[in-house]
Amino acid sequence: MTFTSTTAVDLAAGIAAGDFSAREVTTAFLDRIAETDGELNAFLAVDTPGALATADAVDAARAAGEPLGPLAGVPVAVKDVITTEGLATTCGSRILEGWVPPYDATVTANLRRAGAVIIGKTNMDEFAMGSSTENSAFGPARNPWDTNLIPGGSSGGSAVAVAARQAPLSIGTDTGGSIRQPAAMTGVVGVKPTYGGVSRYGLVALASSLDQAGPFATTVADAAALHAVMAGHDPKDSTSIDAPVPPVVAAAANGDVTGMRIGVVKQLTGEGFQREVREHFQKSLDLLAAAGAEIVEVSCPHFEYALAAYYLILPSECSSNLAKFDAIRYGLRVGDDGERSVEQVMAMTREAGFGPEVKRRIMLGTYALSSGYYDAYYGQAQKVRTLIARDFAQAFEVADVLATPTAPTTAFPIGEKVDDPLSMYLQDIATIPANLAGVPGMSLPVGLDDKGLPVGLQFMAPAMADDRLYTTGAALEAAVGWEARP
Amino acid sequence: MGGPTVTFEQAVAKYDPVLGLEVHVELNTETKMFCGCPTTFGGAPNSQVCPVCLGLPGSLPVVNADAVASAMRIGLALNCRIAPWSRFARKNYFYPDMPKNYQISQYDEPIAVDGYLDVDVEGETYRIGIERAHMEEDTGKSLHMGGSTGRIHGADYSLVDYNRAGIPLIEIVTKPITGTGDKAPEVARAYVTALRDLLRALQVSDVRMEQGSLRCDANVSLRPSPEAVFGTRTETKNVNSLRSVERAVRYEIERQADVLSAGGVIVQETRHWHEDTGRTTAGRTKEEAEDYRYFPEPDLAPVAASEEWVEQLRATLPEPPAQRRARLQQDWGFTDLEMRDVVNAEAVDLIEQTVAAGASAAGAKKWWLGELARRSNDSGVALADLGIDPDGVARIETLIAQGSMNDKMARQVIDGILAGEGTADEVVASRGLVLVSDDGALTAAVDEAIAANPDVADKVRGGKVAAVGALVGAVMKATRGQADAGRVRELLLEKLGVEG
Repeated sequence: MTFTSTTAVDLAAGIAAGDFSAREVTTAFLDRIAETDGELNAFLAVDTPGALATADAVDAARAAGEPLGPLAGVPVAVKDVITTEGLATTCGSRILEGWVPPYDATVTANLRRAGAVIIGKTNMDEFAMGSSTENSAFGPARNPWDTNLIPGGSSGGSAVAVAARQAPLSIGTDTGGSIRQPAAMTGVVGVKPTYGGVSRYGLVALASSLDQAGPFATTVADAAALHAVMAGHDPKDSTSIDAPVPPVVAAAANGDVTGMRIGVVKQLTGEGFQREVREHFQKSLDLLAAAGAEIVEVSCPHFEYALAAYYLILPSECSSNLAKFDAIRYGLRVGDDGERSVEQVMAMTREAGFGPEVKRRIMLGTYALSSGYYDAYYGQAQKVRTLIARDFAQAFEVADVLATPTAPTTAFPIGEKVDDPLSMYLQDIATIPANLAGVPGMSLPVGLDDKGLPVGLQFMAPAMADDRLYTTGAALEAAVGWEARP
Repeated sequence: MGGPTVTFEQAVAKYDPVLGLEVHVELNTETKMFCGCPTTFGGAPNSQVCPVCLGLPGSLPVVNADAVASAMRIGLALNCRIAPWSRFARKNYFYPDMPKNYQISQYDEPIAVDGYLDVDVEGETYRIGIERAHMEEDTGKSLHMGGSTGRIHGADYSLVDYNRAGIPLIEIVTKPITGTGDKAPEVARAYVTALRDLLRALQVSDVRMEQGSLRCDANVSLRPSPEAVFGTRTETKNVNSLRSVERAVRYEIERQADVLSAGGVIVQETRHWHEDTGRTTAGRTKEEAEDYRYFPEPDLAPVAASEEWVEQLRATLPEPPAQRRARLQQDWGFTDLEMRDVVNAEAVDLIEQTVAAGASAAGAKKWWLGELARRSNDSGVALADLGIDPDGVARIETLIAQGSMNDKMARQVIDGILAGEGTADEVVASRGLVLVSDDGALTAAVDEAIAANPDVADKVRGGKVAAVGALVGAVMKATRGQADAGRVRELLLEKLGVEG
């Protein structure tokens, strides 16, 4: 049996049944990382001793007849923006290089409780700002379909880890598309849960009102298994929703879309989307209709302002969230020669420790929140946000799930857009509305473009109806019969 | 630099002062505003911290419901409207003792708005309008080492203690206080005093200005007449005692009058009060002031207090301190002057408890404002912290009333209690402090005194009754002060055949 081509669900079942050990599985993935990551750069840290220790503990527990968690012995790669006690967390930034958190994020703790093996921390755009993972301070991650191409971002490392089978599962975070877009670029399943569905405690904030952690996997069922483990109410996160986790695992197993109304967002299908992306989108709709779904058109007129609103709200929040990186308590410290003032040391540290995209957004946000500009920028953007939420509410009156292409294009060459932030920002045109409204979204692979690169399709559902994503996702996955591998 | 040349009297004759007072109160909740760390004062530096109050990456705040309840009770006690929906906001600025480089506060949606507090100054009542009361978190504390001033400039290095970071604060802001004229400094002091008493009665804070659990910033401006628009204000910080509130306001009125009289203009700025020199010095001007870039705190849900909760809290409000004082004064039969002494000595609660423990009001007052106040002054320890409680004072007073102890012995009992020798009864027993009023036991001492002082005895016999004092003194000395002096006098006069 080749562990690295087996689904997470099957690995968990095999370990639980004693068909193979957690150590064997973990070793296989560690070997795979060792073979491939020199080129892919998906990992910022690989925790070999920690992973093996967890695997051994799982094996010992099984031998002792103790109950095992749902992901016992299954390796999971975690985006380096989520804290892991005792394991460095850098957020892809020089300013946090070497910082070892003294506490686990709730997501991390949930993984440990489920018996998952945390195999390492994955590469990312610095502080999750970017759509290509080129903004990592530790070099770009590379797309396994073509290592000259970007893997998407900001959770590029997590997407690559799953696409290249360095881990059966991984965790990313999505503030404007940072799970769904790299999932599309690398041909895997990626889900942004409902805002508040997964605790943000221990997720180093980019934009607090938009950030949400979610799963990457090679199948819809695997994604559901990880989603179920990550999610749930957390008293340590005041924005966490106190309600049961939507039945995602059951939905993924069901996959019956008979009578489901799938809304096609008129504003997100036409111009600006690559030809093959449009073609595969249409083909997918036909497959869903053939499976019994009803395809309807919906209009979301305010989506056109989503990108503009997003690039006011996100920088505003991040300018404040990133203020804590000041050299005083942890992380990088530059210029502390005993003569310079604390302000000078703070400024020199931030100058040296942050990359250009981070600085750009801090400047934008500082400006947008300034006295005299607040109403025109932040205030207006919040109004747009309300209108977008209203568009969603109206759309969900006539549709159970919405569908759009995930990203306008397939993966592009490393370096192509680094000097053109606007064109980079446009990568998230279809994914940002879900973050602004707090609704869940999923990207799954539906075909290959003319160059043989994966194309993704996005489903969106009402808040706390994440299970619908898995129902439609499972149906489309089965209909497409996706077999392609990098 | 010389002080103002304009006197206070000249200043208030020429200008109408307008005040605005901002008071920060540290709440005495068990835990911090947004995490579970304890709030106790005086712990080892950085021993009461966690990822949340240290602002570590990834950590998130969770609102302390007890702090919200305290904030609402304060709002209600200040006759404010409790907002049905209030929100936290981030106040952004960089400072090393602020872990996140933003403070979670409230901005345009505070928890309580539009109230008032009545204060009395020399028989006149001033209604101080309350603009708002809002919740926020305290910062850490910087210790600047190696310099001569203890301030950041000139220090070799600084240490930061984050124990205080995240302690719940309520900021109470008045509306502009007008119409106080030459009473402005006294009104300012009376307001902070009344607020402190109210907060103490609510039991929401330790209200110790010297420990920083109550802090006051005083805004002062002058205008040519009560009809004129407000003048430019200054905000005086570091006002750390009630006396300083009065002095700082008085000084700032003089200083501004001096500037204006000389044709100058007041610069909008913060000023720093110096207790030692009794002056303020310039701080940051408005131009240098930070743009705090307030925006709603996205990590916290709005606080939506139900009507039911508000009414529940309203029912827990204590009797307003002014009303309580009036009631107690009547119960105790004190004159206005006596009651003022009691209030000024901060002995209202102590006397109330002493009376409740069985003492007479007059007796309780006599001890707390007499012997104990003297010891408090001598030692610099607050009356309530002396080490003798109302039960002890009540017991002493009862023993005196029963005639089994005199004042001199009572002072010895107090000595014993303060020395940690136990309760009043234990000290009485261990020191053998029993008042001797038994005639048999006294007769011998009386006879001895007469025999030892024949000259004095003759004088008394000769009609100089006042001279008996010397013989009483001799008996008291012989009985080590444990005799009932009144009875001794009666016995002496009897023996000497003189009518008392």
